[in-house]
Amino acid sequence: MTIWGCRGSVPTPGRDTIRYGGNTSCVEVSIGDGTVVVLDAGTGIRALGDDLQRRSIRRIHLLLTHLHLDHLEGLRFFGPMWDPEVELDIWGPPSPLVALRDRIARSFSPPLFPIDLGHVPAQVTFHDTPRGPWSIGAAALRAGFVVHPGPTVGYRIESGGAIFAYIPDHEPALAGVILGRSRDWVSGGSLAVGADVVLHDAQYSEDEYPSRVGWGHSSVAAAVAFAQVVEARRLVLFHHDPGHDDARLEELEERARTVAGTNGLAPPALAREGTVLELG
Amino acid sequence: MEDRSSKHLVLILAREFASNLATPMMLTDEEGTLIFFNEAAEQIIGGTLAEAGELPFAEWSARAAPRTADSELLPLERRPAAIALHERRAAHERFVVTGLDGADHEISVTAFPLFAHADEFLGVVAIFWGA
Repeated sequence: MTIWGCRGSVPTPGRDTIRYGGNTSCVEVSIGDGTVVVLDAGTGIRALGDDLQRRSIRRIHLLLTHLHLDHLEGLRFFGPMWDPEVELDIWGPPSPLVALRDRIARSFSPPLFPIDLGHVPAQVTFHDTPRGPWSIGAAALRAGFVVHPGPTVGYRIESGGAIFAYIPDHEPALAGVILGRSRDWVSGGSLAVGADVVLHDAQYSEDEYPSRVGWGHSSVAAAVAFAQVVEARRLVLFHHDPGHDDARLEELEERARTVAGTNGLAPPALAREGTVLELG
Repeated sequence: MEDRSSKHLVLILAREFASNLATPMMLTDEEGTLIFFNEAAEQIIGGTLAEAGELPFAEWSARAAPRTADSELLPLERRPAAIALHERRAAHERFVVTGLDGADHEISVTAFPLFAHADEFLGVVAIFWGA
């Protein structure tokens, strides 16, 4: 698993964010059988696209958690989109009102962009995420709706005995207390249960969260509580606030480690652009 | 892949809504199993959620024994929760029920079905008032 972007809300380049990166959400998961799964299309996907083209990858599955701009804005600059030999399957949360393709097409239309989605050279297919489990190559997947404004899913990916959960935008505390509640009643609980790695929203400090309740994101303490209730082995703190520089992020990482204590969860770690994690 | 199903987000949010509501409210899953009721509902249901546990539709419906003011058993087709469950539409009725503690209460009930999508029925919400 490679992190290509872990910033939340808006790209934040600059010398104060150079250690953890300023690109918005994008994670690559390479399955043992060669299948390439990309999670979200934030600005991190631009550099990933260059890398995939260098590796001559022609079949790509892009799994979108939702369509907020920081998870979609890189798609127009994803190199494989402009290669007619590429087959791109885009998966995303179903909406009761507008088809996935039509929602994405809005960002490929004037005045936001000069080229219509229908004129993209790659062979693009759109899929609503299934309600039950499904497979992509050797990976078994599940998607489930989670607490965040608008239709938003998290993903569970299992392959080679490893379990990875990706829930980058998530406010489980909005649906009640997390610790002490049955996992069945915790938003996203079934996606992350027993995961080797949970990559989870940890945008705010505990001091910041009370003034941002309902915005769809978590404090580091809530992220730790979530990882504990699902009995994950490792928590990666994701969706860094654009107002947090590298030093502030490291303070939050330290706070997360203090909250986590020593009860089976490995010390939480900050997501960092370029990080590669081997699972399984 | 192992089935790790848990409550749908809509049910989780409905439960949290009920938890913060002063009006009695109960929640069933798509099979009619009573999966949650709030503190405000405890007096009428006659027990706490911990005491009652999850109850299948037939069981909690039988225990409540909904009946008219004249003590005639209310048929299923007039019970709001049953209508919401089986006919997938909202309904309202006034009747007498017996709580788990054996006490009778005259209540008004409004029940409606919960859908995540047009073809994805998740359960029933019933809100009730002491008459």
